[in-house]
Amino acid sequence: MFAIEVKNLVKHYGSIEAVKGISFDVKEGEIFGLIGPNGAGKTTVLRVVSTLLKINSGSVKIMNYDMEKEADKIRKIISYLPEDAGAYKNLTGRAYLQFIANFFDPTQNKQMVQQGIEIAELGERIDDRVDTYSKGMMRRLLVGRALMTNPKLAVLDEPTSGLDVINSQEIRKLIKETAKKGTTILLSSHNMLEVEYLCERIALIAGGKIVEEGRPKTLMDKYDADNVEEVFMRVVHQ
Amino acid sequence: MSALGNIIKKEIRELLTPATFLPVVIIAIIFGSLGSSIQGVQEGAKEKPIVGLINEDNSTLSAVAADVINKSAKVVFNSTSESDKQLGLDAVKKEKGIALIVIPNNFTEEILNNRSGPLEVYWIMQGAGLMDSISSSVVEYLITNINTNISTELIQRDISINATVVLSPTQRVETTYFKDREFKGLSPNTLNGMLSSQSLIVPIIMMLIIMMAGSIVITSMALEKENKTLETLLTLPVKRTSIVTGKIIAAAIIGLVLAVIYMIGMGYYFQGLQISQGGVDLADYGLALKSQDFLLMGVSLFVTLIAALSLCMLLGTFAKNYKSIQTLTFPIAMFALIPMFITMFTDFDNLPLGLKGLVFAIPFSHTMMAPKALLFGDYLFVISGIAYVAIFAIVMIIIVVWIFKTDRLLVGSTRMKKLKGQFLKIKKF
Repeated sequence: MFAIEVKNLVKHYGSIEAVKGISFDVKEGEIFGLIGPNGAGKTTVLRVVSTLLKINSGSVKIMNYDMEKEADKIRKIISYLPEDAGAYKNLTGRAYLQFIANFFDPTQNKQMVQQGIEIAELGERIDDRVDTYSKGMMRRLLVGRALMTNPKLAVLDEPTSGLDVINSQEIRKLIKETAKKGTTILLSSHNMLEVEYLCERIALIAGGKIVEEGRPKTLMDKYDADNVEEVFMRVVHQ
Repeated sequence: MSALGNIIKKEIRELLTPATFLPVVIIAIIFGSLGSSIQGVQEGAKEKPIVGLINEDNSTLSAVAADVINKSAKVVFNSTSESDKQLGLDAVKKEKGIALIVIPNNFTEEILNNRSGPLEVYWIMQGAGLMDSISSSVVEYLITNINTNISTELIQRDISINATVVLSPTQRVETTYFKDREFKGLSPNTLNGMLSSQSLIVPIIMMLIIMMAGSIVITSMALEKENKTLETLLTLPVKRTSIVTGKIIAAAIIGLVLAVIYMIGMGYYFQGLQISQGGVDLADYGLALKSQDFLLMGVSLFVTLIAALSLCMLLGTFAKNYKSIQTLTFPIAMFALIPMFITMFTDFDNLPLGLKGLVFAIPFSHTMMAPKALLFGDYLFVISGIAYVAIFAIVMIIIVVWIFKTDRLLVGSTRMKKLKGQFLKIKKF
């Protein structure tokens, strides 16, 4: 069974066709990366997979649940981390995690919050109000929130966006560990090194279409490139 | 272009939006319409008041009074027998007149015996708004003229009577008829004042609560979008209906708490006002809210609050950020202010048909008009109002939930963007 099955996905914003018939599969426990220039359609794909946007045509299945018919079931097993996401500023970090955990299994509630606190690694600051957090602290809290529910699928849009090297590395490690535990990860990133380090397979999107797909190493060999960045430049300029 | 000119051009372009101008234009139109209405009432007040006259006292001083009435008013009924009182009242009512004035047969005799002459005034009260009392004030002025003319007559004829009676030769014995009820000993102004003190509290509180609780909901939606928490919320295992109703109920609870705080304060204020108006108790005239009236009032208030908050949720879905709150709160403020002012200034029954339709269509009007309607036992009006507002609230919630289920909440209206794009192209061309 695939964790994600996307077939001929088309998404319009009025007259603008943002995604033009994309198809890809992601295996369970795999880390799959979407890379591409700004406006290529990465976030739209992630938002569709996260049940936020309706599709115009094609089909999307998450753990065999049909996106259009079973969105409520999908929301129970996924977790979405939007780019530049925020938290409720008048809550403390702990209260925010508790608020999110309350939507899930009540018997797992305490455990989820504890896990979120451990992932966020904010120490005593977890009991401070969110509006006092730095950008890095906020992102760690949100990563903690996204992963504490042990989702079957985590959709991460630019997970290390705006973070310094140390914070970025810690989050990357965390993503790898989460995938090892069985969570499927679908992420997008502008950071090619990050993608190369994290993802088992990647898809390159340009102009709303997947222009290349495969393992980073295979693609580097195919395009005689030293890294994914070079692969990306060559594919985009073809 | 100079740096200053460049900045001015950029600022004007940013400020020159419909959101900046629309509120001001609407306020200007509303004030313009209010001005025209006030002018209309004032012009009406300049015309001779319509009255009926029964003069049973065939003597000199009653002739002075009758003469003032005949000259200053349009007399639609004239008689010399008090047994025609009902006929007179019917005639005045038919002509939408203000009062039937009865000069009893002992009028002159009482004055000449050092007692103020009784002048019976039967008021026909058309409405219980501030504007409605203007017409009765015209007749009160007419009665003041009667006093002055009789005083002059007494002084000129050098009749030896008490100076107090000379200065104040008449004594009004008043009865007011309003909504098929008789209020003995009350003038329309007193009755109006009492009704206002009973019924004004609800429109003011309702207006304040709607504006405050409404802005809470709109702010909540704007902050969800600005802080990018909405996207997370929408991917959680929670039904859209729960998100919408959760936000509405939370704001309604805050709104009701605010309402109670306001009611306590305003209650004391109006209690003080009542004492200062002579301490007339409307309960003595059978005008008091019963327990079932309070229950209906509570239901009406709750339903209206839910309707207002549902409308605010709908407006909140258009919020892009914190800045847009002010613009989106404006229609709510207008919807709350229009019925509040209208119910304060005039009676719903006296409104022109078009304005009646507008007031009825605004869901907040019904709670504002409910206290007066309940005082006069008009349950049909109150219950139909509650039903209308409940339907309005349900429709609003359905629309909001539908919006929450579409992409519109996150990506906005693509049709509007397209139209805007086309408009800009035409403008450039």
